[in-house]
Amino acid sequence: MITREDVEHISWLASIKIEDEEKDELVEHFNTILEYFQQLDEVDTTGVKPTYRVVDLANIFREDAAYKSLSQDQALKNAPRTENGYFKSPRIV
Amino acid sequence: MDDVIIGLEIHVQLNRLHSKMFCGCSTAYHDSLPNSHTCPVCLGLPGSLPVINKKAVEYGIKVGLALNCKIEEETLFYRKNYYYPDLPKGFQISQYDYPLATKGHIMILGDNGAERNIRINRAHMEEDPGRLVHAGTIDKAKYTMVDYNRCGMPLLEVVTEPDLCSPKEARVFLDKLKSILDYLDVFDGTQEGSMRIDANISLKGGDRSEVKNITGFKGVEKALSYEITRQKNLQRRNIKVVQETRHFDELRNITVSIRSKVGAHDYRYFPECDLAVMRIAPWVPAIRAALPELPDVKRERFVKQYSLADDHAKSLTSEIKLANFYEAVAARASPKLAAVWIADVLKGELNYRDLSIESFQEEQMIEILQMLEKGKISEDGAVQIIRTLLDRIPIEIGGSPSKIAHELGLGKAEDDAVQKAVREAVAESAAAVADYKAGSERALNFVVGLVMKKTRGKADAGEVHRLVKAEVEKA
Repeated sequence: MITREDVEHISWLASIKIEDEEKDELVEHFNTILEYFQQLDEVDTTGVKPTYRVVDLANIFREDAAYKSLSQDQALKNAPRTENGYFKSPRIV
Repeated sequence: MDDVIIGLEIHVQLNRLHSKMFCGCSTAYHDSLPNSHTCPVCLGLPGSLPVINKKAVEYGIKVGLALNCKIEEETLFYRKNYYYPDLPKGFQISQYDYPLATKGHIMILGDNGAERNIRINRAHMEEDPGRLVHAGTIDKAKYTMVDYNRCGMPLLEVVTEPDLCSPKEARVFLDKLKSILDYLDVFDGTQEGSMRIDANISLKGGDRSEVKNITGFKGVEKALSYEITRQKNLQRRNIKVVQETRHFDELRNITVSIRSKVGAHDYRYFPECDLAVMRIAPWVPAIRAALPELPDVKRERFVKQYSLADDHAKSLTSEIKLANFYEAVAARASPKLAAVWIADVLKGELNYRDLSIESFQEEQMIEILQMLEKGKISEDGAVQIIRTLLDRIPIEIGGSPSKIAHELGLGKAEDDAVQKAVREAVAESAAAVADYKAGSERALNFVVGLVMKKTRGKADAGEVHRLVKAEVEKA
């Protein structure tokens, strides 16, 4: 069961601010989703290897060759705040 | 210090590669403008897709094998989720279960003077995060500036078991690891920030602290020593060491607590669905067969093949280029003499000037050794020639040792001139000769001094002593 505390923790991990009145609604949503997926627990998976992907692709590589990168201007174009060619972010420790 | 327990996590940039781990941005970003080596993939722009650099995986396997690890048959990437400005995607592509290489070990010379086995828990591949530039110190900065040039650099994280017992052992281990990486030609340690270390330290019975992001080998010794002192002081005052993450402040040489908000269980690892699994077992035999002779084996061979002392062999095999330099010289000069002059003299002079072995040429060393062997220069003269050659870099590169010997007037006096001086000196020193014959060995020094004066110090003192003695016995 997901609790209000879980929702607060997850919002903090994702750095998404949630208003207090939204929390109960999110608790409900989370639980509905989890309950839905819990149906899978009814399947007996003893001795079955985990499936990470439904397509059995393996060994997709590129050769070690460098291409032309974006220019500094292009790289910074969408950034809301920049300084001397750097992206600027709030202080986080 | 048998009560200290240290484990290391070493992040090694595979910076001999040309392109990043999952995109084609160049790895040669040093000395470039910030954010000038990025693309939609390493900036984490929507819709971009990573593709694995095949050679990075090959390099990883190489290192894994050299660390005596087992290489996983099928290995895969995960998303390690955390929200921090150094990761534009909000997660780092890393590995989790089934990492590339597990359960290895390397031998190091322990503090007790015996070879010790240090176990490697694992080596896994991941991408380097971007570089944060704090305005001021980390705990006082007002905001953070981010450079994503480093973001996506291919990293190999090597994790040891907590088998190290002191800061010094940690240093010895890192030297050994660096030497192996150098031999494998996957890593250039001269690049800034190319090896970064997290260290777990605890005192027996206490909780551990993790010191993050130490750069440089001296930094490791300092950070660990500081941390051990801090924990011991706490223990002495009966204060419990709390498990926490600390940051090493290089400028102040201390570790500071950083409130770590994300715990290990909060990373919410899940398989990176944009990347296929890697089935690499078939690659292993060929990569293993192509491994170069590694430092320990080369060192043993040097001891046997060239009859070297173990410390000379160890010193000469610390870097592959130095080892190759030595072998090229030893092929054309006395191997023992070459070992002394390269390991004891040249290496020290290079270190002193912060130069690498590439600054000196095999031909130069061979010529110096030949002049020494033929008695054309003295040992002091040879040292002066080496210093002069190095000091002239970069104005003159590849200067001729014999030319320098001539320029500096280092050539030993011609043999017959020495002989003449010896005869004269003995003839002029009747009293000293008589003293010597009466049993005073020291009396000969007077005669030797006279010969040196006559030859203006260019003769070899040991040789002159021998000649004077012969001359006196003859008379």
